[in-house]
Amino acid sequence: MVALPVSGKKANDRGGRPSPFKLLIANRLSAAGLLLLGIIVALALLTPILPLPDPDITDPAQRLLRPGVDGHLLGTDHLGRDLLSRLLWGTRVSIVVGVSATLIAAIVGSLIGLTAGYAGGRSDNVLMRGIDLVMAFPYILLALGIVAVLGPGLLNALYAISIVNIPFFARNIRGMTLGLSRREFVDAARLSGASHPVILFGDVLPNVLPTIVVTMSTTVGWMILETAGLSFLGLGAQPPQADLGSMLGEGRKLLFTAPHVSVIPGVMIFVLVMSINLVGDGIRDVLDPRLKSGALAAPGAATTVKREAVPEKPATDAVLSVTDLRTQFQTGSRVYKAVGGVDLDLAPGERVGLVGESGSGKSVTALSLLRLVPTPPGTITAGRVVIGGEDQLAASVDKLRRLRGGKVAYVFQDPLTTLHPLFTVGQQIVEAVQAHQPLSRREAEAQAIELLERVQIPSAKARYNAYPHELSGGMRQRVCIAMALANDPELIIADEPTTALDVTVQAQVLKLMRGLSEQQGSAVLFITHDFGVVSELCDRVAVMYAGRIVEIGPTEAVLDAPAHPYTRKLIDCVPVLGEPDRRLDAIEGLPPPVDRLPTGCAFAERCPIVEPRCREGDIALDPLSDDRSVRCIKPYRMAS
Amino acid sequence: MSVAVEAQGLTRTFGGGRTLFGGRHPAVHAVQSADLTVRTGETLGVVGESGCGKSTLARMLVGLDRPTKGTIRLEGRDATELAGRDPRALAKHIQYVFQDPVASLNPRKTIRQTLEAPMRRLRGLDARAREARLAELMQVVSLREEFLDRYPHEFSGGQAQRIGIARALAADARVIVLDEPVSALDVSVQAQVLNLLDRLKHEFGLTYIFISHDLSVIESVCDRVAVMYFGRIVEVGAARELYAHPRHPYTALLMRSAPTPGKRRIDAEEKPAELPDPLNPPPGCAFASRCPRADAKCREARPPLEPVAVGAIDAAETDGQRAACWHPLLDGASSDNK
Repeated sequence: MVALPVSGKKANDRGGRPSPFKLLIANRLSAAGLLLLGIIVALALLTPILPLPDPDITDPAQRLLRPGVDGHLLGTDHLGRDLLSRLLWGTRVSIVVGVSATLIAAIVGSLIGLTAGYAGGRSDNVLMRGIDLVMAFPYILLALGIVAVLGPGLLNALYAISIVNIPFFARNIRGMTLGLSRREFVDAARLSGASHPVILFGDVLPNVLPTIVVTMSTTVGWMILETAGLSFLGLGAQPPQADLGSMLGEGRKLLFTAPHVSVIPGVMIFVLVMSINLVGDGIRDVLDPRLKSGALAAPGAATTVKREAVPEKPATDAVLSVTDLRTQFQTGSRVYKAVGGVDLDLAPGERVGLVGESGSGKSVTALSLLRLVPTPPGTITAGRVVIGGEDQLAASVDKLRRLRGGKVAYVFQDPLTTLHPLFTVGQQIVEAVQAHQPLSRREAEAQAIELLERVQIPSAKARYNAYPHELSGGMRQRVCIAMALANDPELIIADEPTTALDVTVQAQVLKLMRGLSEQQGSAVLFITHDFGVVSELCDRVAVMYAGRIVEIGPTEAVLDAPAHPYTRKLIDCVPVLGEPDRRLDAIEGLPPPVDRLPTGCAFAERCPIVEPRCREGDIALDPLSDDRSVRCIKPYRMAS
Repeated sequence: MSVAVEAQGLTRTFGGGRTLFGGRHPAVHAVQSADLTVRTGETLGVVGESGCGKSTLARMLVGLDRPTKGTIRLEGRDATELAGRDPRALAKHIQYVFQDPVASLNPRKTIRQTLEAPMRRLRGLDARAREARLAELMQVVSLREEFLDRYPHEFSGGQAQRIGIARALAADARVIVLDEPVSALDVSVQAQVLNLLDRLKHEFGLTYIFISHDLSVIESVCDRVAVMYFGRIVEVGAARELYAHPRHPYTALLMRSAPTPGKRRIDAEEKPAELPDPLNPPPGCAFASRCPRADAKCREARPPLEPVAVGAIDAAETDGQRAACWHPLLDGASSDNK
């Protein structure tokens, strides 16, 4: 009945990423913690079968023996009980109490957190205010109070510690749940007929589980410490039962006469808690999604360049001249060749569109020009980028910094993330101006207002003091353009600047950009996926596929008679306004992953006119006519 | 022709409750008295820019959100009442395809688990029937059966959206609300999904409500189109008619703003566009502040959504095209808009 082929099960291919356990072991501190913890747990487990004297049998004749004396490896305490035996039995108790308390706190706390976060509204309010109440007491006072009510004893101490730690779990889990339960897959589960409990435990809980585990692993140590604390005060384990805290308490009075009685359990507490915490930190590093992507590694100020030879090229009057640019990313054992040899020249004042689908390398190309690709994981492995007569891949970080936002300005897709939320737009433009021009505050302010006017922001003076969130998306993008214009750039690199905007606003921003570029004579490298936008703005268009330019030429010529099969397909698969009967000619399949590029043409797999020759060797970007080039061995000619 | 979905006076207000001291919280009217009729077997497009209320409208139609006022009738049954009493019965009739295909799949569930849920809970299929249906569904959306045991992160956007569509089909619903189903996809993949949706519609006799901000996508897939602005439907009509002769100045502006490959044609407004303050909406037409045809009447009184068959224009020709405008564009051309 289950007709699944065995090969259908996906091989355990984790993209070169080692398993979580291997990652944990790779962390030396966690590995050491795990080793220590393993030894302690093993000893505790083996205690009943080890040849040890009974921990509770007193022998006043043998009291306060030093460690190492006949038969008592760690000596004896004030009642003559064997310390090694008591230590191991006590460790057992402490670990069991710590782990049980953590489990209870985790289960109750997570339940509260899940319910509060999922239900929201009044239930959330009531539950969380209850949690706040618990948190308002100093924890030890609360624990003391609970024990006072329930009476001293190990079990009651366990309850007290669990209750005290419930808020910790409840708050953490509630935050996570709150975010998750507004996600689309929860709506989808509702539409699949799932009831609330099913969604909560079937859909939300599995996504929260890693957080619960992480929180548990980082609290066990703390719980053991608190248990020891209560026992030390005589509220936990009752004599004659041994537990690490009570042993410490009993040895306290003898600290000077027989220090080993208190020092030994103390060291044990220290080693136990530390090993647990080291393992807990390790688990957190492995499981926490925020730390997975290597976010902790801060990228440098400029992309690392590792090229073997610098391509030669005669000097031109181009604003930007790119030769054989290659950028790659390395994660694990995989190398993603995001940009695989891009050649591109921009004449002064020229507007060129760089068109491609996601993953085609168009944004990485744009970022590589001024070495803005984060290292790690990015590296520029070949090529030459000439701006202002100099190879910027060889320039110092200082020089690059002067160029960025100066002669070359960037405009990005999402103005809300590009603008700083805590400064007014005016302040941010002033900063951009003053970074490159030696102007006084007053002069810079005047210039900022003038810039805001130039991008047609109404009542620019008033808007100068607005914060980014007070402006609409279109206004924010105008501010970003004003910042880009601040230092009369020769080249503006705009990465999908209108993609996040509404169509009527996009129309205005495109018109503005065209007008400004004509007025100022700035060249524009415009990155987009939309041929319509390119037609509005650009003189020439370059089409990228799998990290390389496959066709370049004047916009109208390329769009009227695309020469590369990919360009033609890409144009044919987009619906066009005013042509409702147009059949959408979809491109089947997907672009090749850039870490496993095929030999020969990258588009061969999806190409309608592919032939064996296409897959044989590298295909060059050959000129088709004076102003057009195409990377195809049999391009469509103008006539076709 | 029978009616699949009929919404009347649909309104959704967010906020607006009483404060602790008896004052009023500010209220945002996301959707305001929207009337909508979807005929069985047609594709109704809802087009508008961000914040116009089209997604809220979609969520109300499938019962993910409750209307503050108004009714939704689904094949004659009261859907709002059904959503409260028996959400599963509603889910059997109307399903939803999400904008972000990957986010709409639970990262910790295999595709099999995701697709089986509606079959088990809504259709009550046993294991054997589910297995057969899974194979059928995967074939219908052109995905390999071996994908069933994989997790969402292993899929590209286009594949994930096919799975989202398969999930909607798994419930055997006849009406499907598609909320920006292709806007998160690359253009080449977008065409694959649009073609798939078209095929499914004919194969299974589905009715679509297609929400999008993309005018050209709407034009290529829809029979009728409703244009929304600032929470209201400002124009509705047969797609061909509406695209050829937009009657509402806002529709005309949208048409003029959309870029077309190979042409330099867009015509932007002179003044930067700003939406009215949603906390304090204007009394008249919400578009008046941007409209070149606006006069005092537009700023004072809200125009009703009415048929535009006046004077020279033949009522038959307009095919029920209605616009909420005091001064609709009657020449059909947008050139008189200067």
